[in-house]
Amino acid sequence: MRPERVPVVIGVLAAMGAAFFIVPLVGLVVRTPWSDALAQLTAPETVEALRLSLVASLSATAIALLLGVPLAWVYARVEFPGRSLLRALTTLPMVLPPVVGGVALFLAFGRRGLVGAWLDSAFGITIPFTTAGAVMAETFVAMPFLVLTVEAGLRSMDRRYEEAARTLGAGRWTVFSRVTIPLIAPSLLAGAVLCWARALGEFGATITFAGNFPGVTQTMPLAVYLLLETTNPEASYVLSLVLLCVSVGVLVALRHRWLGSA
Amino acid sequence: MRRAISMVAVSLAAVACGSTTPAQGQGSPQPLSGTLSLFAAASLTDSFKALGASFHQQYPGVQFLYNFEGTPTLVAQIEQGAPADVFASADTANMSKVQSDGLAAGSPKIFAHNQLEIVVAPGNPKGISGLEDLARPGVIYISAGPTVPAGKYAAQALAKAGVNVTPKSLETDVKSVISKIELGEADAGIVYTTDVKAAGSRVSGVLIPVSDNVVADYPIVTLKSSSNAAADEGFISFVTSAQGQAVLESFGFLPA
Repeated sequence: MRPERVPVVIGVLAAMGAAFFIVPLVGLVVRTPWSDALAQLTAPETVEALRLSLVASLSATAIALLLGVPLAWVYARVEFPGRSLLRALTTLPMVLPPVVGGVALFLAFGRRGLVGAWLDSAFGITIPFTTAGAVMAETFVAMPFLVLTVEAGLRSMDRRYEEAARTLGAGRWTVFSRVTIPLIAPSLLAGAVLCWARALGEFGATITFAGNFPGVTQTMPLAVYLLLETTNPEASYVLSLVLLCVSVGVLVALRHRWLGSA
Repeated sequence: MRRAISMVAVSLAAVACGSTTPAQGQGSPQPLSGTLSLFAAASLTDSFKALGASFHQQYPGVQFLYNFEGTPTLVAQIEQGAPADVFASADTANMSKVQSDGLAAGSPKIFAHNQLEIVVAPGNPKGISGLEDLARPGVIYISAGPTVPAGKYAAQALAKAGVNVTPKSLETDVKSVISKIELGEADAGIVYTTDVKAAGSRVSGVLIPVSDNVVADYPIVTLKSSSNAAADEGFISFVTSAQGQAVLESFGFLPA
């Protein structure tokens, strides 16, 4: 095939579009103080933020798997009135400003919230300002990514394998755990990775609902934001770079899904 | 296109004419106009809006663009080249930072002082009577973070009183401390006297004795990046004038 000739206008605009994404990344890499990057990374507050971010984002992903896979299964397999509406509502956090998510979580699970007031009076449990609160904020924002990915996987799989297993006498649960889950494993993995990356980057809902305290609710994005204002903004650049590397890793891992067979 | 430009020119001329109306009773013959971008500490939110409004009454040609954030956020924004004309800080440390970075034009003036107060839910349901109660089990205490002046001052006051308590959350500025108290998520916080006053009936305040209290100094300065030095200077002299000081006092600030 003859190579396409690029009209000048399109070429220039495309180059500007690409540069818009590349230049900030270059800025981050160039301005990172490489000489003491390791010292910044091993500073106590950085380690604390890294540890908390890993714990919180992995917990959020685990909860999303536990609750999100069944939800995706229901969306894919069960016909019931209001399904589209329910799906829309549970997908809303994907497009909702995270701060709004944080406010909504307050009104539901805060000390005076719909459920939170009861939790407080009946069990003495309060969620804001705890790591559980940070996990909840991350789950709220990230789980829809898993649900939609898994639902798509369930819809596109070949259901004849499930039917064959059923005719051979397998129970519903056995079919789900031994046939369905292995068949949708790629979607499951992609959904989990996507969900984890989103949870790791969560800022707005976390700082609103869970507050900010080192080691308890101050995850990496919060640390990046707050370190920028201290006398040590370089630490913020280094942490940003860590998050950037994670994102690149996610993109590489999912390249066959998103980037075609490049 | 040309027509649009001439329309803009006409309206600009109208604005300029408006500003030449002499201010009654004021000795300033200088017609001030243009936009003044004011970066001020979060604790100055209400008082500076009021100061801006009365300054605008005297000089209708001057329009204000306000940016109220925690002081270190403002400093970071100014350092990154945000278009700021005047900077009002809640402490001298952050002001020194702006000065040492060579971003301030001239030397800052202290225009007000502020003190700390404990903020609690309306009616003080937890019966908090002083700083020592913040360490009581079952009391959720929050403060502004250590990078924000209010957080630094709160830690100083607790240290003076010999109270050892770790905040449940380090909020990004005093406004978010107040809002978490209002929402009922936290029981007590340390904020400025002026914040408690501004929140009105939505919260209650508990006084901190003078011996444990901290006096915050608020400096103001024109920035080098400013394109409107005349208006900046006019506004700063207004803030430090008797009239400006009266406005600040009405919001609970102590005069400079």
